[in-house]
Amino acid sequence: MIADLTRAERLWAMLILGALGLIGLAMAIGGRNDLLGIHGWIVLAAGLAGFIAVMRGRDAPEPGAERLHEYYDAPTRVGLILTLLWAVVGMGVGFWVAALLAWPDMTFDVPWLSFGRLRPVHTSGVIFGFGGNALIATSFHVLQRTTRARLPDQISPWFVLLGYNLFCVIAASGYLMGLTQSKEYAEPEWYADIWLVVVWVVYFAIYMRTLARRKEPHIYVANWYYMAFILVVAILHIVNNLAVPVSLGSAKSYSLFSGVQDAMTQWWYGHNAVAFFLTAGFLGMMYYYLPKRAGRPIFSYRMSIISFWGITFMYMWAGSHHLHYTALPHWVQTLGMAFSVVLLVPSWASAGNALLTLNGAWHKVRDDAVLRFMALAAIFYGITTFEGSFMAIRAVNSLSHYTDWTIGHVHAGALGWVAMITFGSLYSIVPSMFKRERIYSQKLVEVHFWLALSGTVIYVFAMWNSGVIQGLMWRTYTESGGLTYSFIDSLVAMHPYYIARAFGGLLFLLGALTALYNVVMTIRMPAPAPAPEDAGLDIPAKPALQAGE
Amino acid sequence: MFGLHYNLERSAVGLVAFIVLVASIGGLIEIAPLFTINETVEEAPDMRVYTPLEVAGRNIYIREGCYACHSQMIRTLRDEVERYGPYSLAVESSYDHPQLWGSKRTGPDLARLGNKYSDAWHTIHLNNPRDVVPESKMPAYRWLLREQLHTDDLGEHLAALRAVGVPYTDEQIANAPLDAYGQANPDSAAAGGVAERYGDATNIRLFDGEATRLTDMDALVAYLQVLGNLTDAAHQPQPEAE
Repeated sequence: MIADLTRAERLWAMLILGALGLIGLAMAIGGRNDLLGIHGWIVLAAGLAGFIAVMRGRDAPEPGAERLHEYYDAPTRVGLILTLLWAVVGMGVGFWVAALLAWPDMTFDVPWLSFGRLRPVHTSGVIFGFGGNALIATSFHVLQRTTRARLPDQISPWFVLLGYNLFCVIAASGYLMGLTQSKEYAEPEWYADIWLVVVWVVYFAIYMRTLARRKEPHIYVANWYYMAFILVVAILHIVNNLAVPVSLGSAKSYSLFSGVQDAMTQWWYGHNAVAFFLTAGFLGMMYYYLPKRAGRPIFSYRMSIISFWGITFMYMWAGSHHLHYTALPHWVQTLGMAFSVVLLVPSWASAGNALLTLNGAWHKVRDDAVLRFMALAAIFYGITTFEGSFMAIRAVNSLSHYTDWTIGHVHAGALGWVAMITFGSLYSIVPSMFKRERIYSQKLVEVHFWLALSGTVIYVFAMWNSGVIQGLMWRTYTESGGLTYSFIDSLVAMHPYYIARAFGGLLFLLGALTALYNVVMTIRMPAPAPAPEDAGLDIPAKPALQAGE
Repeated sequence: MFGLHYNLERSAVGLVAFIVLVASIGGLIEIAPLFTINETVEEAPDMRVYTPLEVAGRNIYIREGCYACHSQMIRTLRDEVERYGPYSLAVESSYDHPQLWGSKRTGPDLARLGNKYSDAWHTIHLNNPRDVVPESKMPAYRWLLREQLHTDDLGEHLAALRAVGVPYTDEQIANAPLDAYGQANPDSAAAGGVAERYGDATNIRLFDGEATRLTDMDALVAYLQVLGNLTDAAHQPQPEAE
């Protein structure tokens, strides 16, 4: 990867990494009496390691000018591997915390092994580690293909990818030490948040600079979604994380907002992290890889326009449905509910558009597990968005809120939609990205598909059951008008479902491990002898259109 | 309309501007008024601030991720009011930076936990929940009794909280570490200043049962015992729960 850089870029890389090391050193010194110091050492080590690596490779021959006629895919390759590594970490910790809920004595008196500290490692590991890396890796890939332009330079993509992973490492290691803002999905402390803003600005700049050099007059729909993801996540992240640090030498900060305003800001953020991180970005993925793999054009251009602007406009109103019957003013709750229900229209327009695109290619869905991953993702996207609109209705929410039903809903989306579309996209580009003729084992892809599907179904059914039972037990009255069940009665009733959930999660984790093995073995396969006329072009895993179509 | 879009999608800057515009509307209409409409947060003249020890305890609650399983928001529903007590008012968390309303009840709601159980019960329960509730799924937080509480920077914590709007006085900020010690050591000379600076309603007790030193357990129990007791507003007549 250093050989890809020009000499000037190597110098820039050393400058940036040196500056990063110095920031780390300053944090280590300034925070020496605080946990901030430990993060300082981690940043210093990352900066130094990078600096030394570039320094050792600085004399390698410069890349030739012919590179400018090819797409720059090295960051995508590394991003795909990081995606799988984070999948294993995030889902592995997820399985462990699920087991902790069934058998809490597995904390073993070790603070960082306790549920409360591990849980954000699971959520951030999966959302930001697995999901974020997948989005960055695929966005670089899609952006270049749909604009027919190479990324603007060879250093900023690495800055985004590696800088983002540094953020993920700081976040996860912080949780283990007890560093958290306590805001769900926005747990990292102030200095990590500032770093993410820097990374994000460079990410946005890559997008704009590549688009400025595009050879296609129209910006393809996948890029609208990736752009909405980058832009809106930036707005959400900055507003929700406004805080005053205790001191520059302290990791701890106090959020600028309090009480009801803070709750509304948090769930405006939280729900739209789902909308723009876990939906918009992955819809971008779907709009490119699904039609590509199916060998068919997107069913309806107009439906994509309606669903894109519908999602961009309406999701931002929906966050208050997380606060039904709370101290949030009633009018905000009602607005949130109304928009959540209408949101079903653009959501199903997207899901429908994807499924209708498959018309005429259903035999491929039957035969090709990779395309089946994506088709199933679209189905789960439809199911989950319907369930989400349903749960946002105030009366339904009175039962579902605070229960495992919410957890079931989230995982129908995260496992069924986000992870499935990611695995499908990943399998479809791994061979061409690593210049191999095919994936190592199509059988293992098939095994992964069934592990993922059965794991998701077991998980979601367990949580639907436990959530509804829990919600009903809390509101059951005896004939004399008293509450029938104590809280602990409802907890005891959850035990079998918590075991079933852990089992479903384990199946899904095994699927992710299968994917990691399959991809590693693909990379280790011998490269095919390059045919001269193919040099520099993608080798499609399969012909885009089958003969006779 | 689709013709317009046909042109819009040819301009990267146009798309960016439109996305930002369209996405900003919802938040501006739903969030901005919450800061200006007076009825959003009730009046509570008796509202008191967290003591330094309670702030430290709250930070331990956050550190251990308690909010992942316990809510602090009783909804306006009959069964919740009967199970947990009067429903939560906005004013009760108006000094909470950030709020800890929570989103999940793997364990029960804690908004009205204060003074419901004894300090000794909390200490035993946190040390190993299954000693008092055999069916509990909560982790055993044995390290709370082992860890000595850091109090030296509590003044800076109070000052940061003042910067975001909590009305701490200079005197409270200057005496923060001393007051933290005094609140958990009722027989010490420092105890008198706590009641003087934070009011007679403040709990000044040996929270973890030991006078020798200040532990994380002292702070966390002090925080749990003040939950729902910062103001009496929720116990005043309010509209009926549904």
